[in-house]
Amino acid sequence: MSATDTTTRSSAAAEPGAKGMIGTFTSRYASVLPTFAAITILIALLVGAEIYFGNFLTGRNMSALLLDNAYLMVLAVGMTFVIVTAGIDLSVGSVMAFTGIFGASLFASGVPFVIVIPVMLLSGVAIGLLIGVLVQYFNVQPFIASLAGLFLGRGLAYVVSLQSIRVEDPVLSWLGSTRFTLGDFYIAPTGVIALLTVIIGALVMHFTRFGRTVYAVGGSEQSARLMGLNVARTKVMVYVISGLCGGLAGLVLTAYTGSGYPRNGIGTELDVIAVVVIGGTLLSGGRGYVLGSMIGVFVFGTIKTIINFMGAEQSWTHIIVGALLLLFIVVQRAIVARSDRSR
Amino acid sequence: MRILRHRLFWPAAALVTLLIVNTIANPNFARVTIRDGQLYGNPITILRDSAPLMLVALGMTLVIATRGIDLSVGAIMAVSGAVALTIIDDSPNPGSVGTVVVAVIVAVLVGLVLGVWNGFLVSVIGIQPIIATLVLMLAGRGVALLITGGQITTVNSAPYKFIASGYLIILPIAFFIWVAAVLVVSMLERRTALGMLTESVGINPEASRLAGVRSRGIIWSAYIASGILAGIAGVIYASNTMAADANSAGYLIELYAILAVVLGGTSLMGGKFSIAGTVIGVMTVQALEKAILFLGVPPAQAPVFFAVVVVVVVLLQAPRVHTWGRAVGRRMGVGAKPRTDDRKEVAA
Repeated sequence: MSATDTTTRSSAAAEPGAKGMIGTFTSRYASVLPTFAAITILIALLVGAEIYFGNFLTGRNMSALLLDNAYLMVLAVGMTFVIVTAGIDLSVGSVMAFTGIFGASLFASGVPFVIVIPVMLLSGVAIGLLIGVLVQYFNVQPFIASLAGLFLGRGLAYVVSLQSIRVEDPVLSWLGSTRFTLGDFYIAPTGVIALLTVIIGALVMHFTRFGRTVYAVGGSEQSARLMGLNVARTKVMVYVISGLCGGLAGLVLTAYTGSGYPRNGIGTELDVIAVVVIGGTLLSGGRGYVLGSMIGVFVFGTIKTIINFMGAEQSWTHIIVGALLLLFIVVQRAIVARSDRSR
Repeated sequence: MRILRHRLFWPAAALVTLLIVNTIANPNFARVTIRDGQLYGNPITILRDSAPLMLVALGMTLVIATRGIDLSVGAIMAVSGAVALTIIDDSPNPGSVGTVVVAVIVAVLVGLVLGVWNGFLVSVIGIQPIIATLVLMLAGRGVALLITGGQITTVNSAPYKFIASGYLIILPIAFFIWVAAVLVVSMLERRTALGMLTESVGINPEASRLAGVRSRGIIWSAYIASGILAGIAGVIYASNTMAADANSAGYLIELYAILAVVLGGTSLMGGKFSIAGTVIGVMTVQALEKAILFLGVPPAQAPVFFAVVVVVVVLLQAPRVHTWGRAVGRRMGVGAKPRTDDRKEVAA
């Protein structure tokens, strides 16, 4: 069973941190520890694959890793905001499918891109706003509110079209198929969009008042309210941001595949949650990093690529990601228990 | 007026309204015919087809009552169906009753083991239920795909097919299976103290622990029950299609099950639960699906309607809307008594 192998091997990698060789180190850096573990696992995966296959760490392969997972990265940024406020957004996959197919059908009927792209983003924002309002003003649990968003997005995607729609718009194909090369590495505009989203997300999270409020709400909503922070607006905004990222991911995926398809992104919401958790964001809220989520995406993508290289069943991807997810939750659990005790 | 205050009144009213609308839209809807001593017709089809969702929702009710949630039921269905069909496929004579009995027992046991695993993560390790069951939800379908070797295993076995499409006396077997499951679970929960203890754990885990309730065992058993019921549901689903399709077996069923439980008036906050309410909720979901079909909407677009239903239901449960309703009621002089409303809120 290679799934159990991976578990034990990666838990061995996380051991020095989790168990605590130096107690002060772990307690002082408790919040970056999961992200640190994710980086360790990523490096271990990459180095291991390079030793095993010999031709893994090539520029082409690494560039493909970014491009193939660009949509996932965009979604993960939005999800990080939501999870840091201790919420959850199940709608991201179907929002991506809906905005993607909606945009594709608009492109196909000849609407210029200056209209289509904002419309795609705004329709993502609209679904996010609906979820946020339900959560904040009607006390609906995030799980259920975003479940409504999931049904809505998926259904609307099928309302737009039951079949896939090819897009031949020059702007969209520029986004998807232009290659800026640097030696062996290349990147397409969709990859640039993904990286920019990560950078903007990280900057907003750490250097703006809004970002600090997001952390405060996740740490303790009650305290944040007593501090006079605008909790209501922040909680609605994180779902709006997640919806916006859903719309952007729809654009990225449509550009990447050159078509819209209503069945896109089924189950993606789970991948995104897994990736964010692996990247070190605590599901109980209050802790997490956008950059960590990016690492999580790379871990996910690397596992997928390795399985491709080995020619094994793709179903192993989800088994291994599930095992990794479990490992990380247990590590998080240990960290939370430790910081609770020290309090 | 007392009947209005019963907590199953609104769920039942919704179901009856839906059935009436269906019958008006299509008079054929309510027609039941007898052929060869067996009943046929849309109501019978609903009773038969609701079996997997009913079983899953039954387990979900128990889990939700302990303040948990089980996202992995669809994946468990996929695994148990794959196990059952693979055993039958590999056996020398797939048509024999013995093979089918073994296959069904092993498949249900697999469901039980997966339920034990979920319960272990939640009650012993203390992981949030959403995430603990998410692990299996992600990995389960992968396991099911490995069991079937990535193919859609199809088998030909008369006794196995009988589980989903056979008839006993005049009604489908699948109907009897879910009725039996509902009876067993209600007996266990309501004729013993188990139901009360489950509710106490769901209402206040800490207080019930201090009161001497062994919450760990109760929470664990809820996930085990959910696993077993999902295992049976997987067997029935696989028997209906006679093909182990790891991707579509039980797809989104966890969400429909949660919807059915909520429609039946059980709060997601845990605590008080109603098995009769869940039965009504499942029937409502099934009738809604049929109604959408009759309206000529492609099944793929049905989620839009479900989204509307989810939003309406959660809004009806929201305290803010209750306040508005009371304010409107007072202004119109109907004199909605806040006291009774509060009671209903607690019950719902």
